[in-house]
Amino acid sequence: MNSTTTTGVAVRDPAALPRLLLTLLALALLWPGLHFSELNIGVLFDRDSTRAMATLLADFFPFAHDVEFLALLWKSTLETLAIAVAGMTLALLLAAPASLLATRALSLSALPRDGRPSPLSQSLRWPARAVLIVLRSVPEIVWALLFVRAVGLGASAGVLAIAVTYAGMLGKVYAEIFESVDAQPARALLAGGSSRLAAFFYGVLPSAAGELVSYTVYRWECAVRASVVMGFVGAGGLGQQMDLSLRMFAGDEVASMLLVFLLLVLLADQLSRFLRRVFV
Amino acid sequence: MSAGMRTGMRTRALNLLLIFALLGAVIASFQFLALNLTDLFSGDAGASMLAYAREFLRPDFSTTHLQACLRGAAETLAMSAIGTLLAALLGLLLALPAAGRFGALGKIGARFVLNALRAIPELVWAALMVLAAGLGPNAGALALAFHTAGVLGRLFAEALENTPATPAEAVHLAGGGRVTAFCYGTLPGVWPQLVAYALYRWENNIRMASVLGFVGAGGLGQMLYISLSLFQQAQAATIILVMLLIVLAVDAFSARVRLRWGR
Repeated sequence: MNSTTTTGVAVRDPAALPRLLLTLLALALLWPGLHFSELNIGVLFDRDSTRAMATLLADFFPFAHDVEFLALLWKSTLETLAIAVAGMTLALLLAAPASLLATRALSLSALPRDGRPSPLSQSLRWPARAVLIVLRSVPEIVWALLFVRAVGLGASAGVLAIAVTYAGMLGKVYAEIFESVDAQPARALLAGGSSRLAAFFYGVLPSAAGELVSYTVYRWECAVRASVVMGFVGAGGLGQQMDLSLRMFAGDEVASMLLVFLLLVLLADQLSRFLRRVFV
Repeated sequence: MSAGMRTGMRTRALNLLLIFALLGAVIASFQFLALNLTDLFSGDAGASMLAYAREFLRPDFSTTHLQACLRGAAETLAMSAIGTLLAALLGLLLALPAAGRFGALGKIGARFVLNALRAIPELVWAALMVLAAGLGPNAGALALAFHTAGVLGRLFAEALENTPATPAEAVHLAGGGRVTAFCYGTLPGVWPQLVAYALYRWENNIRMASVLGFVGAGGLGQMLYISLSLFQQAQAATIILVMLLIVLAVDAFSARVRLRWGR
């Protein structure tokens, strides 16, 4: 740096030009994005919206805590937890057979082929895999909305939505876990003539159980969060109450519910950590 | 009885207890919700549900609707991109004090703000922003920006804390100002990490942006919500297909990028 200043050349960044060009390119790419997203930050600061927000935020304190509201809050919190548990149970029931259908780990045709199933038998696994992909790729809240239209407002829509989405996720990951554990015991059993289910229970499950439990518990934790969010489309639980309170501009109720939501997420996190430590 | 056997029996009893507790929780949940699945899927209810599901099997592929879907997809992508960009800027702005560069008080304050931003889910932010900024993708972009700023700000702050301080000190000692020291000493080291975090969140936000419309924040979600409310199942089916395509494309693309450039 000294040499450049002593020779009188201005100190400047040699990489400035390419950086400038890259920035300009990025801006040019983002320009239509600005148009499509109709971005207008100013709207947050105009008088009407600041007043609306200010009243809502001013209402945040003190938190709503009258007995009637707390009873409602308690009930919807329990409902949220129950939705997560019931949804996960149904998801497990769907995912267990689906993962057995989708996994390569129990392939008979793979035995003489060094662990790679024949293309024909692999193609038979594809339908199960495709169903799992569709189940988990449609966002859970879309499922929730669809089920709300199909079975009506309330918790059952939430349970079904979690069951469907999480069956897709669990099924895929279970199948992968089965494939990732040591394949020798299952292959020995299959080669010895045992049935596939027996090979699964005695060859795969013992070494996969820890990972299965850990992933399931983690997903339960996600399901608690999801069941709160799904309430916003009418699928019951804390989210539905939060949506109602927001629409009525009841800031104190929203604040209490956000607080309970945070506590619930923290609790689920701790509980899932505990369960994973005990089981794994 | 040996000590090992006794602890073995104890863990066994504990496991059994836990399993019974879990089973109890499952049964209690079903009873609390008064969920009756056989009622839900049998008889008239099951038939009407099946009829409803069947209406989704004929998606509307007319040109006008496809154009609308394309616009919705563009809105969704734009919302996620602009939201993530704003979030990265705001996150970096908050990450500097959160990494302790402006004293202990700034650190505590910035961390509190970041936690609060992050704690509120995107959908709640979107509902709030629709109240503040009106219907449309603007609300969605702002909602994503606020939530993601909380997430990115924390990640950025950690990256800033973990990066070695020596290059910046060298620039400082050679006579560079604080801003120069940051730009040429600190930033080059953490830049790849910041970009990786931002891109990862963008991926999440694309998925999120497609459903924020359910509370009125524009994009494909709003279209889906409206067409389902109007009982236009054929149109809704197309929108769901477009969402599915976006999710699959993002998954494939990010998997490829990760393979190519590693993580």
